[in-house]
Amino acid sequence: MSEAATDPQPARRRPLLFIVPLVLFALTGVFLAIGLSRDPSTLPSALVGKPAPTFALPPLEGRDDHGFASTDLGGRPTLVNVFASWCVPCRIEHPVISRLAEQGVAVQGIDYKDKPEDARVWLRELGDPFQHLGADRDGRVAIEWGVYGVPETFVVDKNGRIAYRHVGPLQPRDVEEKILPLLEKLK
Amino acid sequence: MIAEIGHYALVLALGMALVQGTFPFWGAARRDPVLVGLACPTALAQFLFVSLAFGALIHAYVTSDFSLANVAQNSAVEKPMIYKISGTWGNHEGSLVLWVWILALFGALVAALGSNLPPAFRARVLGVQALIGVGFLAFMLFTSNPFLRLDPAPLDGRGLNPILQDPGLAMHPPLLYLGYVGLSTAYSFAVAALIEGRIDATWARWVRPWTLMAWIVLTLGIAAGSYWAYYELGWGGWWFWDPVENASLMPWLAATALLHSAIVVEKRDTLKSWTILLAILAFSLSLLGTFLVRSGVLTSVHAFATDPARGVFILGLLTVAIGGSLVLYAWRAPAMQGGGVFAPISREGGLLLNNLLLSTAAATVLLGTLYPLVLDTIGGDKISVGAPFFNATFVPLMVPLLLAVPVGSMLAWKRGDLAGVMDRLLAAVGVTFAAGLLWLALHDFRASLAAGGLALGVWVIAGSLNELLLRLGVAWPLDLSRVLARARGLPRSAWGMALAHAGLGVLVLGITVQGAGQIERILVMKPGETTELAGYEVRFDGVSQVQGPNYTAQRGTFTVTTDGAPVTVLHSEKRFFPIEGMPTTEAGIDTTLWRDLYFVLGDPAPDGGFAVRLYYNPLVLWIWGGALMMAAAGVLSLSDRRLRVGAPRPARAKTEPAPAGA
Repeated sequence: MSEAATDPQPARRRPLLFIVPLVLFALTGVFLAIGLSRDPSTLPSALVGKPAPTFALPPLEGRDDHGFASTDLGGRPTLVNVFASWCVPCRIEHPVISRLAEQGVAVQGIDYKDKPEDARVWLRELGDPFQHLGADRDGRVAIEWGVYGVPETFVVDKNGRIAYRHVGPLQPRDVEEKILPLLEKLK
Repeated sequence: MIAEIGHYALVLALGMALVQGTFPFWGAARRDPVLVGLACPTALAQFLFVSLAFGALIHAYVTSDFSLANVAQNSAVEKPMIYKISGTWGNHEGSLVLWVWILALFGALVAALGSNLPPAFRARVLGVQALIGVGFLAFMLFTSNPFLRLDPAPLDGRGLNPILQDPGLAMHPPLLYLGYVGLSTAYSFAVAALIEGRIDATWARWVRPWTLMAWIVLTLGIAAGSYWAYYELGWGGWWFWDPVENASLMPWLAATALLHSAIVVEKRDTLKSWTILLAILAFSLSLLGTFLVRSGVLTSVHAFATDPARGVFILGLLTVAIGGSLVLYAWRAPAMQGGGVFAPISREGGLLLNNLLLSTAAATVLLGTLYPLVLDTIGGDKISVGAPFFNATFVPLMVPLLLAVPVGSMLAWKRGDLAGVMDRLLAAVGVTFAAGLLWLALHDFRASLAAGGLALGVWVIAGSLNELLLRLGVAWPLDLSRVLARARGLPRSAWGMALAHAGLGVLVLGITVQGAGQIERILVMKPGETTELAGYEVRFDGVSQVQGPNYTAQRGTFTVTTDGAPVTVLHSEKRFFPIEGMPTTEAGIDTTLWRDLYFVLGDPAPDGGFAVRLYYNPLVLWIWGGALMMAAAGVLSLSDRRLRVGAPRPARAKTEPAPAGA
């Protein structure tokens, strides 16, 4: 932190020099403290405030649904959850999503780079909270949404614009503090 | 029940550390031998209690006691025994127990082996060591208790992150922690010296073996981590400038600088306050590394436990430990008088250059690691600083360092003779130019950068060989008995220095040749298809399904031949761990001294083929070989009588200016 700045052979007459490491550390500490107060999972999204991309995904084979397309968005605030059966955090997050659906929130799903049979087993095992579910086999639609990795969750307002993006598993706290107030506001 | 004993032992350890961190200071200040005498027994007792807790936690893992939340979250019944044990430290809480255990271990070692230290000084060292322990034991008990119970207990655990289920993981964290935490002794010695307000050649002599010990294990730990990343992550690379890797590199650079500057303190009684600062910084960087990995401030592929609440606690610890010691430094260090004048061309001048370059390199790595955080904090973008930054800043600092290594280690103390040294290094200079030109001749001018790197590596190796031969008096005509007699008389630290520097050269050679000569082929292969890689014919035999103890895998088989002669058969697996629901990749690697063949099976393609990645990595083994040589050199130096931990105080009569090696 201070190595380069400190004269390796200090003279006694310059006691100020010896404070340099302390000052540099204090500066570092301030940044670390601010860094701590920030949530590393809130990645900025260029799409927030813009209309959701146009897409039409086929249904998950064997699920009674027409798939999921941009035409299913709008009209009311909607949650779009991008997940995969092979992703562990998705499994952790799933009960949170299911509870939101039980509370009457419209939840749509994008099944990312998944095998249909795996996804079916997964939904059978953990429950299926999704109104519409699209199978994004090659992950192309997820790219248009700007997805970095699963799970990610978007809030789309009633005009079909992306209002919020959450990276990583949704925790109950995120729902209480961010998702529900936002949905309330968008109504 | 055993878990409760472990929990209670942690509380007792905290109590011991509190006693050890207060009364000895008081005793040392009041010259009270009874209070001073408390330091050693409490240090040993603290170690005993932490060992008990550590043992209890390992026991819970081995017996799959899922009534402990920590075990349930990180282990499973269907897991090989070695990973049950290594799983103990494969998570946040458990790794903290390991951390504190090693801290207590070093405290106990100072108590048991430090009989050559003055009692008051030893009491202060142990006191400082105990205060660090208080911080971390409290951190563990209040925010990260590994002994919390779950009720009801689940039938099976959630398993261990499969990427961590690997023999490398059983070794890597303990080694790394031994190194990190081992630097705490150097820190404690420095802070104790600041409290006493006195530092002299004997202080340097005391602190060096402890620093060297930590440095050896840190070197091994970083090498093990790099090797693990190489074969487990399946990317064909061995260093990724990931924040977690940087967190281990920074203390290593600082410790390396410290090892060298302590020689100057010992021999020339100067550079004192700088050496103290380095001792503080080396451990501070270890603490910072712990903070970065644990707090979630930086996101990284390696970080397996992040929690902002814990981050606040560690930041508090950091502020007290680093801030406190630097306040002490600002207050007491100016009074530490340096002796002697510094001639730029001298052994101490060379060591100073070494220190400047190494510490600048550490600062560079720190800057690159923290820059994304700073930028984010002041409202900029979320960015990540990657290899290009480090290659552009770190490498140029290493070039002058490597150039100077052979010269600096041959310069005399006080006033060196550069022309004379170069004259004696003529053989090494010749070999170096020959190697560089040979590389250019075999390749073309575009390879000049690689030729430069290669020449640097050869220069460092040839230089240390050259010096060793000169010191042994190898000349024409060869007088074997004289050489042998000299070899016996040469201090082990001199052998150590030669070996360490040669190891550095081997490392540089490995890095350069691997980087310049790597051949990567990414293609889709159908079973039965053959392709060419660096003169080898590689046939993809197909994929079979295999069942592991706690995973299923697709195993791809590759047969390698050269001109029809069989070379090897390699298997690369894509494993799937059902409990954890995660896939991992096992590369198929064939290692020889000169090259690695490194094959990775990828995803199936629609036409029945498989995506495969084939790498030819020349000289890659030398990277870890060089690191091993450096560590071995450290052991050799440590066995030198003058440095040995716990060796009786050496006689002052030594007149021969035996150069100490690192």
